[in-house]
Amino acid sequence: MIHVENLSKHFGAKKAVNNVTFDVKKGEVLGFLGPNGAGKSTTMRMVTGYLPPTSGTITVGGADVVEDPIRAKTHIGYLPENAPLYTELTVQGFLNFIGQLRGLSGADLDKAVSRSMDLCHLQGVRHQSVDTLSKGFRHRTCFAQALISDPDVLIMDEPTDGLDPNQKHEVRGLIRRMGEEKAIIFSTHILEEVEAACTRAIVISNGVVVANGTPDDLKQKATGAGTIRFGIAGIPAASAKEALQNLTSVDSLNITLEEENTLRGVATPKPGQSGRASEEIFKYVSGKNGLLQELATVEGRLDDMFREITVTDSAA
Amino acid sequence: MKKELKSYFSTPLAWVLIVVFLLLSQGFAFLFGGLLERQDASLAAFFLYVPWIFMVFSPAVGMRLWSEEHRLGTMELLMTMPISPWQAIAGKFLAAATIVFVSLALTFPAWMTINWLGDPDNGTVFSGYIAAFFVGVTFLAVTGVISALTRSMVVSFIVALFICLGMIMSGWPIVVSAIDGWVPGVGQSLAQLSVLTHYNELTKGIVVSSDIIFFLSVIGFCLYLTAVILKTKRA
Repeated sequence: MIHVENLSKHFGAKKAVNNVTFDVKKGEVLGFLGPNGAGKSTTMRMVTGYLPPTSGTITVGGADVVEDPIRAKTHIGYLPENAPLYTELTVQGFLNFIGQLRGLSGADLDKAVSRSMDLCHLQGVRHQSVDTLSKGFRHRTCFAQALISDPDVLIMDEPTDGLDPNQKHEVRGLIRRMGEEKAIIFSTHILEEVEAACTRAIVISNGVVVANGTPDDLKQKATGAGTIRFGIAGIPAASAKEALQNLTSVDSLNITLEEENTLRGVATPKPGQSGRASEEIFKYVSGKNGLLQELATVEGRLDDMFREITVTDSAA
Repeated sequence: MKKELKSYFSTPLAWVLIVVFLLLSQGFAFLFGGLLERQDASLAAFFLYVPWIFMVFSPAVGMRLWSEEHRLGTMELLMTMPISPWQAIAGKFLAAATIVFVSLALTFPAWMTINWLGDPDNGTVFSGYIAAFFVGVTFLAVTGVISALTRSMVVSFIVALFICLGMIMSGWPIVVSAIDGWVPGVGQSLAQLSVLTHYNELTKGIVVSSDIIFFLSVIGFCLYLTAVILKTKRA
């Protein structure tokens, strides 16, 4: 549905987005991660046709965003950052207006407006003027706007920003459900959101894609991912240490506690041998009639990964 | 366009502006213009002040056209809708032009009065109204350009007002002769670019296509400039 190739955007000398390439298929929810100012919004604005790219191509639903903007835009529902709205209109008036701009009229328009109000729980405030709404309702009104034409592609710039935890939860659920039949891109800097709603994530730093994969893939990139945390008792620590070091699948050891008969630490396996290493540790301990207090493969954490790739990148 | 119209009337702004316009235009015409004391049946006293009133009225109507979009951030919504920028520009302009049209239409009691008191040349009155409408919408188009440049309504009002003032003044006989005295010929050519020159021709009851073309081309140029500004602002 969305195909972005070698996309760049320069503001003067500053390269806000630099050679970004990615695809989003139907049924995918792509999370856009990155520190503030990394180029997430700029990229999304280019995909929606708001900003013209400096170079590169974007096609949405088979239409080139630059060459054939009107056809490309009919595919896209867009929730801009900060959810801008015409404050003097009522919720229903606003949605009607957007629906008309999207070419709906008559019974279709009424149906579309009430469907999107249902999805975003806005029926209760439909006659209220937008400037009297709370932030959560404003946000949902803008969200409803993006859904009004039931587009194939949804692009959302920080859709959960400024919502309370319940609303966040609800929006994530909505994104996940809609992701089954649409192509969705949303940006966030809340990492749990990526795990909760995305099928794939891209990390952008300084305008460059630094990681692209499923949330699980990305976790693997965190240092410490795949290492084995262990605790052994009942075997003299010194001999246990030596034995572990000599296991063929273990690359290095990092001992955190070494007492008479107790050894605790983290073993880093050789690449791709994580499973084998825990097996060997287990066999060694049971062979010596020792007691295995702990044996666990460390799962990487997204925020470790995030910090590592984005911090090293900006330092470089 | 519908949304613009609605938003004009959903706030008191449009009503206030229209009432002020009516008060000013009729007040000037009856009090200073001596509409009733003149022994001729015409609306000349009214039309005399129209450009000056539109100089203030049109910027007040048009100041929010784009500034408001910039300020609220809704530009991003509008420009990602499946419509061409021209549709947005034309829609907004037409909505604002409707306000000018309604304001002028509501001056009909003055027209009824002179018809009741005398026997005016209604052709002249009609061409006067056409002239007034063109001046009003031309100033609106100018205001639209300024309002595309800034997110502040106040700035766009003041700057637009001064440009409109300049467009009137350059056709004012006193100014024209002053400039001509200084650099011969320049005043006269500037006057050709003045709204006032073409307005006066039209109000005399002579509907000359060149005057109409003048107004239309200024409006067209301003709308084009608006499109260019909106585009460069995004990039």
